[in-house]
Amino acid sequence: MAMAEPLVKKDDDRDYEDYSPFLGVEKGAVLQEARVFNDPQLDGRRCLQVITKLLYLLNQGETFTKVEATEVFFAVTKLFQSKDTVLRRMVYLMIKELSPSSDEVIMVTSSLMKDMNSKNDMYRANAIRVLCRIIDDTLLAQMERYLTQAIVDKNPVVASAALVSGIHLLQTNPGIVKRWTKEVQEAVQSRAALVQFHALALNHQIQQNDRLAVNKLVTSLTKGSLRSPLAQCLLIRYTSQVIRESSMHMQTGERPFFDFLEACLRHKAEMVILEAARAIIELSGVTSRELTPAVTVLQLFLSSSKPVLRFAAVRTLNKVAMTHPLVVTNCNIDMESLISDQNRSIATLAITTLLKTGNESSVDRLMKQITNFMSDIADEFKIVVVEAIRSLCLKFPLKYRSLMNFLSNILREEGGFEYKKAIVDSIVILIRDIPEAKENGLFHLCEFIEDCEFTYLSTQILHFLGNEGPKTSDPSKYIRCIYNRLILENATVRASAVSTLAKFGAWIDSLKPRIFVLLRRCLYDSDDEVRDRATLYLNMLGGDALAGENDQDVREFLFGSLDVPLVNLETSLQNYEASEEPFDISTVPKEVKSQPHAEKKAPGKKPTGLGAPATSPTTAVDVYEKLLLSIPEFAGFGKLFKSSAPVELTESETEYAVNVVKHIYDGHVVFQYNCTNTIPEQLLESVTVFVDASEAEEFSEVASKPLRTLHYDSPGQSFVAFEKPEGVPAVGKFSNLLKFIVKEVDPATGEADEEGVEDEYQLEDLEVVAADYMLKVGVSNFKNAWDNMGVDRERVDEYGLGVRESLAEAVSAVINILGMQACEGTDVVPSNARSHTCLLSGVFIGDVKVLARISFGIDGPKQVAMKLAVRSEDQSISDTIHEIVANG
Amino acid sequence: MEACPSIKNILLLDSDGKRVAVKYYTDDWPTLAAKLAYEKSVSTKTLKTNARSEAEITMFDSYIVVYKFVQDLHFFVTAGVDENELIIATVLQGFVDAVELLLRNEVDKRTALENLDLILLCLDEIVDGGIILETDASVIAGKVATHSLEGVGSLSEQTISQALATAREHLARSLLR
Repeated sequence: MAMAEPLVKKDDDRDYEDYSPFLGVEKGAVLQEARVFNDPQLDGRRCLQVITKLLYLLNQGETFTKVEATEVFFAVTKLFQSKDTVLRRMVYLMIKELSPSSDEVIMVTSSLMKDMNSKNDMYRANAIRVLCRIIDDTLLAQMERYLTQAIVDKNPVVASAALVSGIHLLQTNPGIVKRWTKEVQEAVQSRAALVQFHALALNHQIQQNDRLAVNKLVTSLTKGSLRSPLAQCLLIRYTSQVIRESSMHMQTGERPFFDFLEACLRHKAEMVILEAARAIIELSGVTSRELTPAVTVLQLFLSSSKPVLRFAAVRTLNKVAMTHPLVVTNCNIDMESLISDQNRSIATLAITTLLKTGNESSVDRLMKQITNFMSDIADEFKIVVVEAIRSLCLKFPLKYRSLMNFLSNILREEGGFEYKKAIVDSIVILIRDIPEAKENGLFHLCEFIEDCEFTYLSTQILHFLGNEGPKTSDPSKYIRCIYNRLILENATVRASAVSTLAKFGAWIDSLKPRIFVLLRRCLYDSDDEVRDRATLYLNMLGGDALAGENDQDVREFLFGSLDVPLVNLETSLQNYEASEEPFDISTVPKEVKSQPHAEKKAPGKKPTGLGAPATSPTTAVDVYEKLLLSIPEFAGFGKLFKSSAPVELTESETEYAVNVVKHIYDGHVVFQYNCTNTIPEQLLESVTVFVDASEAEEFSEVASKPLRTLHYDSPGQSFVAFEKPEGVPAVGKFSNLLKFIVKEVDPATGEADEEGVEDEYQLEDLEVVAADYMLKVGVSNFKNAWDNMGVDRERVDEYGLGVRESLAEAVSAVINILGMQACEGTDVVPSNARSHTCLLSGVFIGDVKVLARISFGIDGPKQVAMKLAVRSEDQSISDTIHEIVANG
Repeated sequence: MEACPSIKNILLLDSDGKRVAVKYYTDDWPTLAAKLAYEKSVSTKTLKTNARSEAEITMFDSYIVVYKFVQDLHFFVTAGVDENELIIATVLQGFVDAVELLLRNEVDKRTALENLDLILLCLDEIVDGGIILETDASVIAGKVATHSLEGVGSLSEQTISQALATAREHLARSLLR
């Protein structure tokens, strides 16, 4: 029939669309074809076709076996005979792709060296790039002279090739490349834009550890003008580095090089403007006044026709909004028009920025705009928006109703696990922080689990509901939703629902009988975990509980948190041998194994990321204890309470490096001075530290243990011990003077002179502070620990902390003064927070457990106030903690 | 931010996300499977956008991707999330314009594959091991299309058809300079 005709036409179509010169190209056949490379009379065109096919195969991800690669490599080397330039360039590419072994490299070295000296600049540049990719150290040393010449070659392509190769070689052969500094610096002055860029990059990488050199380079270049925008961007990065490093040394005064950065905002190249704006924004402690010019240029970018420019601007402003929302509010109108941007990344960034800068009155309007927008963006963007809305809600608690409604609406829509989890987490946080939002939020969560496909989220919500639901005004309304889970869901969710029901029953007596009915039905569940839980709860909560156990005990047993670390429990259970004697959970050690780690950590750091470095401090503590016990003078001091982290008493890179460790005992303090002699020509003898304790009235020196000899570069310790009132957290300031006899050492023989000279060396002052008497010991469940300690031993007071840089800074300062462990991650202050509650725990000297709950608040002019509540096992200690804060 | 701007990869894909030519400069995607998966996701995520008149940009998996479409060819340049977007965009623009010059404005998949040697050399001249080598399209195209006078041997050694082909090529390439 007529079938034939359309079919042919279709074929034609497809032929045209899928046409590829490489159709059907196959490795085996191409490897065969590669034999033409060996022909005595090379056919340039044919060779070019074959080598392109080979590169095509490699580019498509085809791999050659070792044998095949070697074969191809040798065949390709034959092509150096051809004079065709394109073919030669393809040969270079092929050699780079094959990354030959060192004995193969030798085969092509002479050809490449010849090309490096060719008259054709393209040959020279490419031969340099290929050679530097494949050669080893010895060959590099041979061709070093050519490379340094190439760096200052008048042809920019050759110079750039040599410089870029230098950047790569610096990774493997820093020794050789560092010798090229003179030529590289000459190239920085080149008139070719890209050469300047490459020379600047290499120069900086050679010098990057030499702060003075970088400083000098930046000082000279910021005065002149670089030709290349790329080089200018590099200079801005180096300038920021210099500013970062110098601000550590200069506390006050003008910020160096700020004028340069500001001038770059008026550069004609957009990439330079952006780079400068970013640099200004990332300055540490940047002020609103410094930010304004940068924000102004970025605002202009917002209305650009180029998406890349709009993206760059909105992304940068988004960062500014996190720290300085007020500076960005000027851009709000431009920002709002970006919500409808075609590019969804730009729209999302615009929205999250607006959520940070918006004020209370604009929230409702903003929410309306976002609702339209949410349906057509990807999950990952939605999560960003949800997180921004959460922080907005915490900022404007009065607006919780519309924000909570928004969250519940999007919770009902389609979405993946991560997105749903972000929404649920947000609702949970809002419920915790905004009491008015609780009932509304719980209701939304209940509605969600009625139709939730994620087991994890269902169980989390059920657990949360069990904790919060019984405290609401009408707990019974949640029961139906929970019971539905028992009928409809999988075993994991059913088990959670049983526990949640039991919690309602345990706390609300009026609901108990009805809940028991529901629990009894679970005794016939098909899953054993569900049955077990139901049985346990029925027995424990039922009226016939064991005598002597009141409701409080039962609840504590069923729902209280486990106050022993799981690791310890696991070890104890493994060691437990089945016998008449039942396992006793109170024998499980409660201290966290990693406690010495936390103890030795620098204050203010998050208790995460304890990796390899954490193991050494542990042993350090043991070493201290052993070391101190071995000294008879200190043996009678009793148990070592705490050893501080080493405090440096000298600048780095001085003749003698000394740091001190403070060892705290009940009635004594021992200073351990760790001394290092950094001068090879000296031997120190009778090294003592003379301590002036006139500013530490409660301390009196009882013993001093000098260090007999201190050789070059082998550290030694000298000790000084003080007596102080028993159990009292005495504080004071000590000035230290290192006294010693110095002897000249002949560096050749290593022998010291007979005669020595007395000398002394002033060290920095040392302070014993209240935090030295506090061990950082965390608790697993702060609320439980807090409630157990009881209100009667609580001391509360309020303090004004004056003007502080930020809330986070004030919080970390107080934590440092007290030297306590922050619990539940409360040492981290969310950016933009106006108030924050910090939970601290520790053990004070005399082994007294101390808990503190501190509420911070900050107002407009950065005045910080705090309310400190302390509970401890000893009331006088609670007072002491307050004294520490009052004095600190 | 890295001290020196660096490029993680340059991709030239067709409208189905299939490779025409790609070059990776880092080990962020260690295996062929990882590379192909990355290309696939870049391609699907950008497919619906209109990146024809101006280069577009997107951010995902902690990378920044600047891209542009010309006919059935999709050009992508990837860099780290902290990189200056305008630097990446400059590299992309250099690549697109250089390819346009080299393919004599016939920028489509078929022509690109027919001149794959030029495309590969072009990639080689833009970025070296992640470091930007050149961004000016005419300079890049010039470096790729350089044809010295040395030629492919004398005409007498070639067949007529070879000679014609060579002549065509000479003519075409000389137009570029």
